[in-house]
Amino acid sequence: MSDEVVYWLQQTLNALQLGSIYALIALGYTMVYGILTMINFAHGDVFMIGAFFCFLLSSMLGLTFAPTLLLTMLGTALLGVVIERLAYKPLRQAPRVSAIITALGVGLFLENFTLALSPYPKHIPMLLENVTWNLHGISLSSIQAVIISLSLGLMLLLDYIVHRTSIGMAMRAISWDKTYVPLMGIPVDLIISITFAIGAGLAGAAGTMYALAYPVIDPYMGITVGWKAFICAVVGGIGNIRGAMVGAFILGGVEIMVVAFFPSTYRDFVAFTLLMLLIVIRPYGILGKPRIQKV
Amino acid sequence: MSDSTGQNTSLLLDVRDLKVHYDGIQALHGVSFTVNKGEIVTLIGANGAGKSSILRAISGLTPFTGSIVFDGQNLQQVPAHIIVGLGIAHVPEGRGIFGNLTVQENLRLATWHRTDKSGISADYDRVFTIFPRLKERRQQQGGTLSGGEQQMLAVGRALMSRGRLLLLDEPSMGLAPRLVQEIFRIIQDINRSGTTILLVEQNANMALSIASRAYVLETGAVVLAGTGLEILGNPGIKEAYLGA
Repeated sequence: MSDEVVYWLQQTLNALQLGSIYALIALGYTMVYGILTMINFAHGDVFMIGAFFCFLLSSMLGLTFAPTLLLTMLGTALLGVVIERLAYKPLRQAPRVSAIITALGVGLFLENFTLALSPYPKHIPMLLENVTWNLHGISLSSIQAVIISLSLGLMLLLDYIVHRTSIGMAMRAISWDKTYVPLMGIPVDLIISITFAIGAGLAGAAGTMYALAYPVIDPYMGITVGWKAFICAVVGGIGNIRGAMVGAFILGGVEIMVVAFFPSTYRDFVAFTLLMLLIVIRPYGILGKPRIQKV
Repeated sequence: MSDSTGQNTSLLLDVRDLKVHYDGIQALHGVSFTVNKGEIVTLIGANGAGKSSILRAISGLTPFTGSIVFDGQNLQQVPAHIIVGLGIAHVPEGRGIFGNLTVQENLRLATWHRTDKSGISADYDRVFTIFPRLKERRQQQGGTLSGGEQQMLAVGRALMSRGRLLLLDEPSMGLAPRLVQEIFRIIQDINRSGTTILLVEQNANMALSIASRAYVLETGAVVLAGTGLEILGNPGIKEAYLGA
């Protein structure tokens, strides 16, 4: 292979790794928006809590990668459900801005609660043996391989749940209009809890994988990554599951490409300029559609 | 209020002194009526008379005071998703089709509480026999259907939940006269096959002509009750609702 091709394949691989993490988080934003038309601004901090769960389980309890990942996902899923029940459910009939402010408050709470317990950045122990394979000049690390394949696996699983199962069908019905969903015999509150559990569980997976790739974690790590994932969801078409994945891989790709051609400090500035242009051209996002309803 | 038809009927739905408030505004001021097994009972009245509120209270979408007893069970505080399983199917105002789900998925959704696989597949056959159009459009998204097809889907969906009592809210709304005729014929067929029907209509002529009994509502209260024919023949009613 020519150097040129090798270079681009290598960059694609890097973009996939970054995009995977954004995608796992973006899915949580888009799912919650889909069913409640609410932006869960605490979601980036759930991702951060995931990274700290990962730290607790691996460093303090000495668990290996697989149980760490599973328990982290379970832990954040439970956290997502508790946040919804305690903070958002009482406000479901309230003006939307109240729920948004509450979400910001929950986010600040999570950050400062973590800060109080853990004022210094934490180091995640090496959870996977770090091997780097070299295929015709393209290097692939074991961590990269795990992040990309696990994320894609989780995304396929989610896509299956949403489009092929009864629970997914109920989620889609609620996202259309939840008024009459109970008439189908469907317990709306339970479906909303499940949605929060899945979204937060995926954020927990993202937190674990992020900690694998960038093993120093702090209570504010969820802010920038969370905003970026939120923007991915909007660019892809918020409320649309596949859109969130598309938006995430676009942002991952753009960020990697910017760094390949410009000083790395230009990364976010160029990336967000491009994303804003995209939104101007397609206000509903890449896969989002304005809803046309027949009377 | 006493029943004006035969004695051999048995009570399926007993509504007493039903009151509903929305944000402090009273929509129903103590409505009482009954529905017997096998009947078609219609509630007629002008816009804002509270007809939809009655159906919403029965199916659990709206909190109420007073009592609603279905087949011996008090429905006070019973959540809507449980009431469906007790045997009440509600075709809501505006049809409530999920436009982002296919026709098939819309139907399947209504079987959420059911576990009888063979019964469910028999009910699909029944719905597709009554509404062949739905079978043709099985894979199409609900939002792409015409108004008449959406109404068929809404009724078909209610049949899939296998309710013993079918609540129909303005099934004729927005439909061409020929389609209205067809929908009403189908309502009668469904009734003949054993489903009790509580029908809310603004098209009073049509509703009264198929109803066993009728109640006339004005601003949240029952002002008149009788058989469909009695009400149809009432001169005051003619003037107010039948445009005669």
